[in-house]
Amino acid sequence: MSDFMQQVLDSAATGSPPWLQDWQRAGRQRWQASTLPGRKTEQWKYTSLQGLQQRFVAANSGDVELSAAGVALPQLGGPRLVFVNGFYSPAQSSLESLPPGASLVRFSDADDQQAKRIRAHLGLATGRDEPLFTALNEAAMSDGVFLDIAPGASLAEPIHVVWVSANQGEAFSVTQRLLVLCGESSSASVIEHFAGGAGGQRSFTNGVTELLLQAGATLCHYRLHLEQEAALHIGRVQARLATGATLNSFHLALGSELKRIDLVVDYCGEGAHCELNGVYLPRGTEHVDYHTCIEHRVPNCTSSETFRGIVGDSATAVFNGRIHIHRDAQKTRAQLNNRNLLTSTQAEVNTKPELEIYADDVQCAHGATVAQLDELALHYLRSRGVSRAAGEVMLSFGFINEVIESIRCEALRDYLQPMLAARFARDPALVGQVA
Amino acid sequence: MLKIENLHAGVDGTDILRGLNLEVKPGEVHAIMGPNGSGKSTLGHVLAGRPGYTVTAGSATLLGQDLLQLETEERARLGLFLAFQYPVEIPGVSNMEFLKAAVDAHREQRGQAPIDAVSFMKQARETCKVVDLDPAFLKRGVNEGFSGGEKKRNELMQMILLEPRLAILDETDSGLDIDALQVVARGVNAMRSSERAFVLVTHYQRLLDYIEPDHVHVLADGRIVRSGDKSLALELEARGYAWLEDEVA
Ligand SMILES: Nc1ncnc2c1ncn2[C@@H]1O[C@H](COP(=O)(O)OP(=O)(O)OP(=O)(O)O)[C@@H](O)[C@H]1O
Ligand SMILES: [Mg+2]
Repeated sequence: MSDFMQQVLDSAATGSPPWLQDWQRAGRQRWQASTLPGRKTEQWKYTSLQGLQQRFVAANSGDVELSAAGVALPQLGGPRLVFVNGFYSPAQSSLESLPPGASLVRFSDADDQQAKRIRAHLGLATGRDEPLFTALNEAAMSDGVFLDIAPGASLAEPIHVVWVSANQGEAFSVTQRLLVLCGESSSASVIEHFAGGAGGQRSFTNGVTELLLQAGATLCHYRLHLEQEAALHIGRVQARLATGATLNSFHLALGSELKRIDLVVDYCGEGAHCELNGVYLPRGTEHVDYHTCIEHRVPNCTSSETFRGIVGDSATAVFNGRIHIHRDAQKTRAQLNNRNLLTSTQAEVNTKPELEIYADDVQCAHGATVAQLDELALHYLRSRGVSRAAGEVMLSFGFINEVIESIRCEALRDYLQPMLAARFARDPALVGQVA
Repeated sequence: MLKIENLHAGVDGTDILRGLNLEVKPGEVHAIMGPNGSGKSTLGHVLAGRPGYTVTAGSATLLGQDLLQLETEERARLGLFLAFQYPVEIPGVSNMEFLKAAVDAHREQRGQAPIDAVSFMKQARETCKVVDLDPAFLKRGVNEGFSGGEKKRNELMQMILLEPRLAILDETDSGLDIDALQVVARGVNAMRSSERAFVLVTHYQRLLDYIEPDHVHVLADGRIVRSGDKSLALELEARGYAWLEDEVA
C-alpha cells in the first residue's frame, strides 16, 4: 500500500456515529486490500494520481468565515447547509426555509428513526462492487448529509449544500457524502456546491453522492465544482431511477490540479428519463476528468447527455461517455454529445464515447468533436467593430452558454452566467460586454 | 469616400477580382449588379478583411485611410459596414449582447463610455420596430435559427445601430417578401445623408425602384465592365447580362 493510501486513512476524521462504524470498517478493509490505480488501468489512463502522493492531515476545524476563504455564495432562496473543511458551519447555514415534506439532516445528528432510514438506503446506488474511492469514502466517512423528500412532496426552492475548502496551513483531506432520497412522485432540486481552494494549500476531497429516485419522482440536481487551484477532488455521483422517474443533472467543473468526477445513472424501472449536462473549463496546468456511465437496464427509457469543455493554456481534460444498453433494455433512446474547444495549441483533451449495446430495438446517437474557435463567427463579430479579444471571449462563453441555458433554476443561472463570462476575460474590462 | 483602384484579390491563389476600379463619394448610392459568381460578395469580403482572402495588387481607401492595412474591427470602427449575404449564426451569444458590444466598440472609438443597458434596450427595441423584427429576437442567439428574411432584417438593424459612413449591402433584398423590401428601402433612405454612402449589391431592379441609385455598375469576371445611371438597371432587367459579356469580349 502506498503512503497515500495509508496516511489518508490515518488522517480521516474520527467521531462518527456508532451506527456508521461497520460501514467504515468494511470500507477500510476494501481500501486496504486495494492498490492505487496507475496509468495502465484503462479508467485512469489519462488521469494521474501522482498529485496525491503527499501528506494530508485531518482538517482541524471548519471555523472559517466564507469571505475569508474567498467564497461568496449566491442567495438561492431555499435552505442552505454549509460545511467548511468538512465541518458543519451552523452560523453560515440556514434551515428555516426547509419546506414541509423535506427533511435535511446530518448523519451525526440523525435520530434513531433517521439513522434507520439512512442505513436502509445508503449504498443502494453505489452498490456492493464499488469503486476504490467510494471504499475510501466509506472508510473515512464520519458524517454526511441526508435529504429525505416525502412521497408526493413538491419543493419549490432548491436545497443548497455547500462544501468549502479553506486555508488551514497544512494539506488536509476531507470526506463528504450526500444521500438524496426522492419519494414517489415527489419533486425537488438540490445544488451541490464545492468552493474555495484559491490561493490555499493543497486539499484532497473525496465526495460521493447518491441520488435515489423512487417511482415518478423528479429531481433537478446540480453539482458545481467551483473549487480551484490546489483543491484536488475525486468524486462520484450515482443515481438510481425507478419507474417513471426523471433526473435532470447538471455538472460544472472549473479546473484545479486534479479533478476526477464519475457520474453513473442506473435505470431500474421503465419509462425513466435522465438529462445529464455538463461543462468543464480547465486552464493553466489544470486537469479535469469526467467519466460518465449510463446503465440502461430496463426497456422504454431515454437519456440525453451533453457535455462541453473549453480547455485553455496547457490544461488537460478527459471525457469518457459510456452508454451501456443491456439486453432487456428495448426501445431505449440514448443520446450523447461531447464538444470541446481548445483555445491554445498546448491544451489537450481526450474524449471517448464508449457504447455497449446488447438490445436490438434501440436508438443511440453519439458524437464527439474537438475544435478551435470558429474563425468565421469571430470575423463576423469583428466586422461589427468588436475586438478580436472581446470576440474570443464572447464566442467561448457562447459555446458553454448553450449548456448553461439548460439550467432550470433561474437564480442559479443568474449566478453562474456572469461568473463564467468573467472567467474568459483576461481583461476585466471585457466582462461587461458579455454578461 | 471609398476609392478602389486596380484591385486584384482572391482565395487560395485563384484570382476572383481582376483589376476592379470604383469610386464612391459621400452622399451617393451605388448599385452593383452582375452574374452569379462574378465577384460581388468577394469585393465585400475583401473590403471587410475576411480571413482567407488575399489582395495581390491594387488599393482600397476609405476616408483617406488604407483599408487593406487595417484589422477587420478597425475598418468597422472607421465606418465600414458590410451586411453579409449569408449572416453567420452564433448560438449561445445573445443577439442583444452582440449588438451592445458592437455599439460599445463604436462608442469607444469616438471616446464615449459604453451605453448604459437600459438606454440600449430602448434603442434596440425601437430599431426592431423600424426593421419590423419582433423584439424577442434580441434574446435569441445571434442569427440562430433565424429565417433568411429575419437574418437580413437583423443585418439592417445592425446597420441602423452602428451608423456607418459606408454601408455595403450584399443582397440584403434577396429572399425578402415585398413588405420586407420596403423595410430595407425605408431603412436605407432614412439613413441617406451627405455624409454617408451606400453600395447595394443586388440582382433585382425592383430594389432600385425604392432606393434610387446615383450609379449602377455591372461586375463581371472580377471587373466593373459597365457603369451608368439607374436606366442601366432597367436595361439589364430587360436584356440580361449576355450582351454585355459579348461586348466586353
Ligand atoms: N472560399 C472560396 N474558395 C474558392 N472559391 C471561392 C471562394 N469564395 C468565392 N469563390 C469563388 O469566387 C467567385 C466569386 O464569388 P462571389 O461570392 O464573390 O460571387 P457573387 O458575385 O457574390 O455571386 P452571387 O451573385 O451568386 O452571390 C465564385 O466563382 C466563387 O465560387
Ligand atoms: Mg454574392
